[in-house]
Amino acid sequence: MTAQTFQPIAAREAPVKTEGLVAWIRINLFSDVPTSLMTLLVGGILLYTVPQFLSWALFRASWLPDYDACRVEGVGACWGVVTEKYRFILFGRYPFEEQWRPLLATALMLALLAASCMRAFWKPWLVILWVVVLGVFFTLMYGNTLGLSKVETDRWGGLPLTILLASLSMVMAFPIAMVVALGRRSNLPAIRTFCTIYVELIRGVPLISVLFMASFMFPLFMPQGVSIDVLIRVLVGITLFAAAYMAEVIRGGLQAIPKGQLEAAASLGLSYWQTQRKIVLPQALAMVVPSIMNNFIGLFKDTSLVTIVSLYELTGALSLALNSDANWRPFKIEGYLFITMIYFFFCFSMSRYSIWVEKQVNKGKAR
Amino acid sequence: MVYSTPHLKAHTMTEKPPPPKKTWSWRSQAFRGLVYQIIAFAVIASGLWWLASNTLHNMQVRGIQSGFDFLWGPAGFDIGESLYPFDSSQPYWQAFLIGLTNTLRVAIIGIILTTILGTLLGVGRFSRNALVRGLCYAYVELFRNVPVLLQLLMWYLLFTEALPMAVDAWTLGPLFLSKGGLSFPIPIWATGHLWGFFGLIAGCFVAWGYRRWAIRKFEATGQQRSMFWIPLLLTIVAGVLGWLAGGAPAEMNSPVKGEFAIEHGGSLTPEFLAILIGLTAYTAAFVAEVVRSGIQSVSRGQGEAAAALGLSQGHSMKLVQLPQALRVIIPPMTNQFLNLTKNSSLAVAIGYPDVVSIANTALNQTGRAVECIAIVMLVYLTTSLATSLLMNWYNSRSAIKER
Repeated sequence: MTAQTFQPIAAREAPVKTEGLVAWIRINLFSDVPTSLMTLLVGGILLYTVPQFLSWALFRASWLPDYDACRVEGVGACWGVVTEKYRFILFGRYPFEEQWRPLLATALMLALLAASCMRAFWKPWLVILWVVVLGVFFTLMYGNTLGLSKVETDRWGGLPLTILLASLSMVMAFPIAMVVALGRRSNLPAIRTFCTIYVELIRGVPLISVLFMASFMFPLFMPQGVSIDVLIRVLVGITLFAAAYMAEVIRGGLQAIPKGQLEAAASLGLSYWQTQRKIVLPQALAMVVPSIMNNFIGLFKDTSLVTIVSLYELTGALSLALNSDANWRPFKIEGYLFITMIYFFFCFSMSRYSIWVEKQVNKGKAR
Repeated sequence: MVYSTPHLKAHTMTEKPPPPKKTWSWRSQAFRGLVYQIIAFAVIASGLWWLASNTLHNMQVRGIQSGFDFLWGPAGFDIGESLYPFDSSQPYWQAFLIGLTNTLRVAIIGIILTTILGTLLGVGRFSRNALVRGLCYAYVELFRNVPVLLQLLMWYLLFTEALPMAVDAWTLGPLFLSKGGLSFPIPIWATGHLWGFFGLIAGCFVAWGYRRWAIRKFEATGQQRSMFWIPLLLTIVAGVLGWLAGGAPAEMNSPVKGEFAIEHGGSLTPEFLAILIGLTAYTAAFVAEVVRSGIQSVSRGQGEAAAALGLSQGHSMKLVQLPQALRVIIPPMTNQFLNLTKNSSLAVAIGYPDVVSIANTALNQTGRAVECIAIVMLVYLTTSLATSLLMNWYNSRSAIKER
């Protein structure tokens, strides 16, 4: 009998790696044959197009404000158009030597918007801050006091106008939207009907027809002798438009409040307005903040339409800057890409912010 | 008296509760509601009356004529593209009609293309391939964060600047792409095509009959038959048979490169292409998000449960997952379709003659702002309402059937 000797079984193979770059590539790009083929196809297209684009946009580009340098054979993008015209694109027809004023006003406004996005500033005095900053904004832009020269609103343009139109119409639309949203859920049939007609009428037509109305028909609506500045008219048009869309968003929030909350409030003896103010609206508004943020992004993009009724915000200012200058007109696409980047920067950061807010709002619900 | 006798109880049970007293006091909720409504009505009515009287007065003072009678006068302007020939001596109402058809043409083709592209992008966000996933994400973020007007202007610029002149048009088989737009061959009309059309209609009836028969058979025996491919095949075969019976006309009107322009054949103008591609690319980014959220809303357990019941991958998708996802997808999808239709009004910025640009021209020529804007609003309100009615009908079909 032979003594049994200890025979170790072969070691198990190391498990397939699931972490690290190589593993990530294997799982995400080459997991099976169709995926690998797709990767090769898409990767091939990207390898073909991206270097070409980069070489056009960066390596072969001309950065000098000299249009002759851009016409040389083999030169890619002509960013000189931006170096040359950026002040016209950003501030429109605002008097050249006074452009520190819109710059300061825009910076203040952006700071205010950024502050309004932060939790630490969500206090009652934020409203006062808004009023103050808006007052400073208009004083800086319009002038006529404190030794500032007067600049009529038809010379305002570019980024300040875009930001002003978007933020002011949003702020003004909010109370209207709240009232209309409550009205659409009211028990009183006449009020419900009016609110429904308003919302459906506005939502059924494009913004551009509202803007046409503001610019062509509004003067007819006013009594003889009263003439209202086109900027105000357009602002009113955009506000009424935005309010209808926001009212629908808020109504969605109101509908999500369970009926028991209303009944509990009624049994405590709260009146209609007390119920709305203390019970319903705080819950409903917190719920719809992300959607309102998305509304704001849409509004910010929609302000580009006012160029059709001859207010020269960012898009309009660019056309104005380049159409009048035959030397630079061929490089319009670079100008478009420049303002595309500006719009993208603002909208993308706002959409990130709205995702963050959504997480904040849902924190209380997470278990 | 603390105890109530049984007799008294019976008495109170049979007696009706007293009707709520109608008090005309401020404490009564009904009365207050009535007052509020009357006030609201009075304020709105007087506001409207004030605006209307101002408008009428202003028009009288400025000598602006009103009324829709101008619609029958000659338009006096030409339209770049129209479905049927139009010249400046034809009346305004025909110009508006052409504007309407141009709007609908962009809207309908745009909605179809957007649905396809958006669905692909939305599904692509779930791809196992990281490259595809990343590309779809980049597309959505890039396109939805830039104003649609800017995108339209850029597309139009690309079409009018980057493309070659007609003489050196890019050629792909019978297709020509140049600054003049896209030219393509179209079949020359012959009576044989009419026969083919009749065949298609007959095929539709046959296919409908087949489907009814197949459903009855399935309910009776449980045997499954193809519900999609066979009816489709039946329709196509009937169409081709009709076309063959009509003598199989196959003559094509093909575009040829002329000295200055591409001649003959059908063509799409750069304005149309710019607005169609621009709107499709923009709206598809939103549709992709809608589709993605719809797919995400169906919990994994549903697919697993379907697999546990022995449903195949395809059946699980068709019978379990898709119907639930569609319920979430359809309402926001309707909104996106409406947005696309409304955004087609931006055609005015690039000179595509849709209803808004026709109205704008008519407004500048006749000065009848109220009427022209009213026509535009009426057109969009009707299209919006029609679209939402159609989609609501489809939505009610796919909604949860509750007893």
